[in-house]
Amino acid sequence: MPDSISAIPPAFLYLLGALLMPFLRGWLRQTVALAIPLVALGNYFLIEKGVHWQFQLLDFQLILGRADGWSLIFLNIFTILSFCGILYILKDNKALDLAAGLLYAGSAMGVIMAGDLITLFLFWEMLTLGAVMCLIARRTERSGAAAYRYVLMHILGGVILLAGLMIHISSGGSTEFTQIELTGVGPWLMFIGFGINCAWPVVGAWLTDTYPEASFGGVIFMATYTTKTAVYVLARTFPGEEILIWVGVIMATLPLLYAVIENDLRRVLAYGLINQVGIMVIGVGLGTALSLNGTAAHAYCHILYKALLFMALGSIIYRTGKSKATELGGLWRSMPVTCAFCCIGALAMATPLLCGFVSKSMIMSTAAKKGEFIVWAAILFATAGAFYQVGLKVVFRAFFSRKVDHNVQEAPANQLIAMAFVAILCIVVGSFPHSYLYTMLPNPEASYNPYTLSHVTDQIALLLFAGLAFALLIRAGLYPAEVRATNLDFDYVYRKSGKLIYRIFDFSLNHINRIGKTLFVGGIAGGAAKIFDSAPTRLYLAIMQPVWKSQGLTVEQIDDKREDTYREARRGAFPIGITAFLAVILLALLALFTGILNAKS
Amino acid sequence: MSDQNVEPSTEGWFDKENNIRKVLRVLFVACAVFLVVDIVYWATGYDKHPYLKWETWPGFYAVYGFVACVVLTLAAKYILRPLVKRSEDFYTKGGDDA
Repeated sequence: MPDSISAIPPAFLYLLGALLMPFLRGWLRQTVALAIPLVALGNYFLIEKGVHWQFQLLDFQLILGRADGWSLIFLNIFTILSFCGILYILKDNKALDLAAGLLYAGSAMGVIMAGDLITLFLFWEMLTLGAVMCLIARRTERSGAAAYRYVLMHILGGVILLAGLMIHISSGGSTEFTQIELTGVGPWLMFIGFGINCAWPVVGAWLTDTYPEASFGGVIFMATYTTKTAVYVLARTFPGEEILIWVGVIMATLPLLYAVIENDLRRVLAYGLINQVGIMVIGVGLGTALSLNGTAAHAYCHILYKALLFMALGSIIYRTGKSKATELGGLWRSMPVTCAFCCIGALAMATPLLCGFVSKSMIMSTAAKKGEFIVWAAILFATAGAFYQVGLKVVFRAFFSRKVDHNVQEAPANQLIAMAFVAILCIVVGSFPHSYLYTMLPNPEASYNPYTLSHVTDQIALLLFAGLAFALLIRAGLYPAEVRATNLDFDYVYRKSGKLIYRIFDFSLNHINRIGKTLFVGGIAGGAAKIFDSAPTRLYLAIMQPVWKSQGLTVEQIDDKREDTYREARRGAFPIGITAFLAVILLALLALFTGILNAKS
Repeated sequence: MSDQNVEPSTEGWFDKENNIRKVLRVLFVACAVFLVVDIVYWATGYDKHPYLKWETWPGFYAVYGFVACVVLTLAAKYILRPLVKRSEDFYTKGGDDA
């Protein structure tokens, strides 16, 4: 029973919006797309602290709204960013892009408002669908392939999480979404499942592999929702796990090396994203009231400035179609306003009066207080390195660096307004932390003041000398030249090993197959195989036929469509969106049935 | 859309070597000022409320920032790049990519 009558689950609002997008046209679609985040913002202020929107499913209590300090600060920034993101992509008025953004935002909000692990899992899987739609929205062959790889990695993550969840629940664990002890197979699998979305070392290679392939606006949603939702979930389930400190240290430092030699500027930002998420993960691992505040605050601030940077690069792609350092430069001439916003985004990483300054330092202070010198030094390195490597490099390579003129127009007005909005927030959050950001932190008892004289001057000195290093290395010709290249990362494992895995399976399975055939030739096996073979197709048709009917298609047209679907399924040529959609449905059904079986046993 | 990589018809402010020198001079002066400020803290015994003793060493943050960035760049250039660099079409050639 909802105890707060006026507010509704924010996820539902966004999902409704996403479903409406294909059926609306023209200005009506734009109005609805923009109205959803605005209504959600009003809705946000109506949500009171407490537990709302509970449902009973079999023996399980599903909680769609647990509103407390943790969830509300994330809901706040997720809602604000969804507005800015939708505004940013509004001009082109493409149903797929708008629906992707709304679906993505809605699923992320579903996860953070979830009060139980089953609700969490369902929305967690929907996040993947949102990301896949953002990828295919680029509408190129490369982005389609990237979407496919994204699905593979996240289905793997989802299955690991699901397995962990089922083991955890069936061995007597509660479905409550709260702190879990990291012992036993179930919690460990869940831990790793969360870690895949959090872009941990090795298993997080999907992030830098796929983000640069997304549509110019879709990447804003990707950069905002998936990793930060994972950070949120880790902070609630596994705070204070020491292993997270070291996972975070690796994330915060090593990707910067890749950022130095990477040519695609959106991939540089993606490496910077992992680096900053690493700092948040360190905060979770340290597990004190102050460091967890730091994690929440830094997620908030990082979402802002990273979105601003991705928006600036998105506008460059929108105007020039390019995102590589070797193809860009000199854009300050034709896109001066975008350039200014990009500079604010870069400075907002760590400069006093801007947002990054007031959040990261809470985690650093905790590390120092706890005597974790290496962690403290690593965060300082990550701060200087990210500003130098991500901020300065992106601004310099995109807008300055060479005397080329792309002769393009400034970014469209809607993009500039969206960027202005985010830039203002970066300044407000950074300049008045005590009256805005700090009032929302999950642990109000841990107070912190970033604006001491020496903290400000020390930080400025750090950044100025990072800038000095950049200037001197560039002038001396020691800074590595931007070259067109692919830099191997752990995505190699799933991108290149395909052939090897195929051969292994081909060899082993075919042998098993032959043995099986001799033992077990008969109709039953064949029939069962056929059913499972075409199960996804049948499921898809069962859902789509009523939709086609409602669109007013004739019986012949529906038959044609059904034939097409079977033919495509046989060829394995299902569009990625449908495959992802089906995979998510199948996983959800699997979860549901296992839940039922467990409940009965 | 764009006429790519055309030499700009007019010289902008940032195209003049003289102006870039000016920017750099401002950067050098700013660096020097903040280094001096840190030395003043140290000389006057100003209480930084440090968590760690390194923070009170004069110029610690400046040196750390500079060295961190130089090490980062050179390590990436001379260690990581030779190890991981492949041709741009590494994943697309051969057709075995997903």
